[in-house]
Amino acid sequence: MNGTIQNRDAFLGHIANRLGRERKTSVERPKWKYNPQDEVLKNATQDELVEVLKEQCKNIHTNFVLSNSKDLTESIKKVVNEYGGGPIVAWKDERFDQFGLTNLMNKEWPESGVDLHFWDHTKGKENIDKANYANVGITVSDVTLAESGTAVLFSSKDKGRTVSFLPATSIVLIPKSTIVPRMTQAARIISEKVRSGETVASCINFITGPSNSADIEMILVVGVHGPIKATYIIVEDM
Amino acid sequence: MAMKIGTGEFNDRVGTGIKDSFMRGAVSSAQERFQSRRLSAAEELGNWEDWRSHGEEIRQHVLENLDYYLYQLSENVSKRGGHVFFAQTAEEASEYIKNVVEKKEAKKIVKSKSMVTEEINLNAALEEAGCDVIETDLGEYILQVDDHEPPSHIVVPALHKNRQQIRDVFKEKHGYDKSDEPEELALHAREKLRQEYLNADVGITGCNFAIAETGSVTLVTNEGNADLVMALPKTQITVMGMERLVPTFEEMEVLVSLLTRSAVGQKLTSYITTVTGPKEEGDVDGPEEFHLVVVDNGRSGILGGEFQSVLQCIRCAACVNACPVYRHVGGHSYGSIYSGPIGAVLSPLLGGYDDFKELPYASTLCGACTEACPVKIPLHELLHKHRQVIVEKEGRAPVSEKLLMKAYAFGASSPSLFKFATKIAPTVTSPFTDGDKITKGPGPLKAWTNIRDFPAPNKENFRDWFKNRPKGGAN
Repeated sequence: MNGTIQNRDAFLGHIANRLGRERKTSVERPKWKYNPQDEVLKNATQDELVEVLKEQCKNIHTNFVLSNSKDLTESIKKVVNEYGGGPIVAWKDERFDQFGLTNLMNKEWPESGVDLHFWDHTKGKENIDKANYANVGITVSDVTLAESGTAVLFSSKDKGRTVSFLPATSIVLIPKSTIVPRMTQAARIISEKVRSGETVASCINFITGPSNSADIEMILVVGVHGPIKATYIIVEDM
Repeated sequence: MAMKIGTGEFNDRVGTGIKDSFMRGAVSSAQERFQSRRLSAAEELGNWEDWRSHGEEIRQHVLENLDYYLYQLSENVSKRGGHVFFAQTAEEASEYIKNVVEKKEAKKIVKSKSMVTEEINLNAALEEAGCDVIETDLGEYILQVDDHEPPSHIVVPALHKNRQQIRDVFKEKHGYDKSDEPEELALHAREKLRQEYLNADVGITGCNFAIAETGSVTLVTNEGNADLVMALPKTQITVMGMERLVPTFEEMEVLVSLLTRSAVGQKLTSYITTVTGPKEEGDVDGPEEFHLVVVDNGRSGILGGEFQSVLQCIRCAACVNACPVYRHVGGHSYGSIYSGPIGAVLSPLLGGYDDFKELPYASTLCGACTEACPVKIPLHELLHKHRQVIVEKEGRAPVSEKLLMKAYAFGASSPSLFKFATKIAPTVTSPFTDGDKITKGPGPLKAWTNIRDFPAPNKENFRDWFKNRPKGGAN
């Protein structure tokens, strides 16, 4: 159902008036004179982008792990153990199966007593409680920005927003194929979806490392409202 | 807290600021760190001037077509089930928000840092409605716990406080008994605020950039507080200054890149979040109800006039961090939530010359602000323009300036008087000089020397020097 819009005509009429013209009913998006964003990492190969991402992780207090489908299980287990184990909350995401994590997540962890909760919209608010008590949150990046070291996450009903905010630590799986030079390419991917009639996700998170603040004496504190530690695990999927 | 903060005259506030040596030290070291980070973030791109020009052209295009883009934005918010309210004044905006909150019977409200909600004095309206309003940005939270102290910097609101003061505030108000280590202080705030997010009925945010094509709003933080404010309460209200929008995701991306590099020298901050309408069917987290409040509050008066370019501002505070005057007097001296050069331009436009006529004079017109601005606002030219308006149209130059100019007009009205005046100047001013500076000026000079020194008149006046200078030389 459409939402309400109040006071619009008077408000916009006043603006047009101030601009000394009638209200405009259509505006062409201009062809911009400057496009500096296209120059960044212009001809980089996928492997070079991985290197850029790895370097950038040092600036954003994020642990970087390179992995492939074979040793992915071990890589995740290792990071989870370093972070102190469960409880874990993860998206209910078909990509975990594609990456060969079914055995770990559906069998090995439950059998060895690791508390793992998959975000499942049919369980309602229980998901949030689980995420709030979780020690580790696991998500999968939809687009990854090499320049800034950013994972872009599209929310949906089984991919809750707070999985990457409420748990004390965060693990983001980064499929190598999702790595692009910078935010420019992510914005274009989203714009193309919009123009082809796809509904844009109600929440898109561009996440660059753990939460932090320099609000006290300009001294950097890592870990404020969101996760205190973060790891990116690069999955070779190409 | 409305736009105007603090009490007392401008000169008294400056006096207080200048005597606060911790604040001055904090401000100057913050400025240096912000400046060097901003410069290296810009340098690393290699073509920063093109980035600035791109930012400028996007912002100018939006302002020229503001009615169209606001229409498109509101249509798209509505299509996603969100409500849009256009508020001409601060009161209309606060009233609407208060009504939403009352309808929801909300008791607890969490907020993420927002200048525009400060500007419209929203917290007072909400507290009047019996709500508990909690600021969640760490700096803002500290100030709120400390009996609502005003912010002194757009990006680092509690810059003027040191860790011992912060520990004492937590100790006095919360019984905090740990150290003054920033990690421990932040952890204390984390634990306190986590409960607030989970129990809040309404979340209120500002808006860094709205996106017309999708009906989205984008929030930029490092702490992640805005994300929890938007994800947990059942109702979300986002308040935006009417100029804070872009056509599509592709322009949002450019402006966010300019913002994070210019504000804190980061390629991107930890969290940049774009939300569109309320949560979708089946979603567990995210608000059930979404309201967007678009605020004019004096902005349309700037549109179409000689100050229009100030509306290009993306609130990065790069100008604040570059300003030599801010460095010495600190944020509270400006008496406005908008401090520094941008505050000195914007505050008189939004709040009127009655309260803010001194601010355009709190500048050396050195142009460091203009050079730092990522969207090329000619800030020092606008400050100069303000002075012209104050003197010519408003007829209210500071009294001493008027007297000085009158005296000068009299003294310069005949060659003999002018000659006499320049001859006696060194003698007349000698009791007030200290070396080659006048430090405690008399009469009309007093207003000047209260806040800075004035060079003492040279013993040899220009005419004598000109007559006596060696002929034909390059001197």
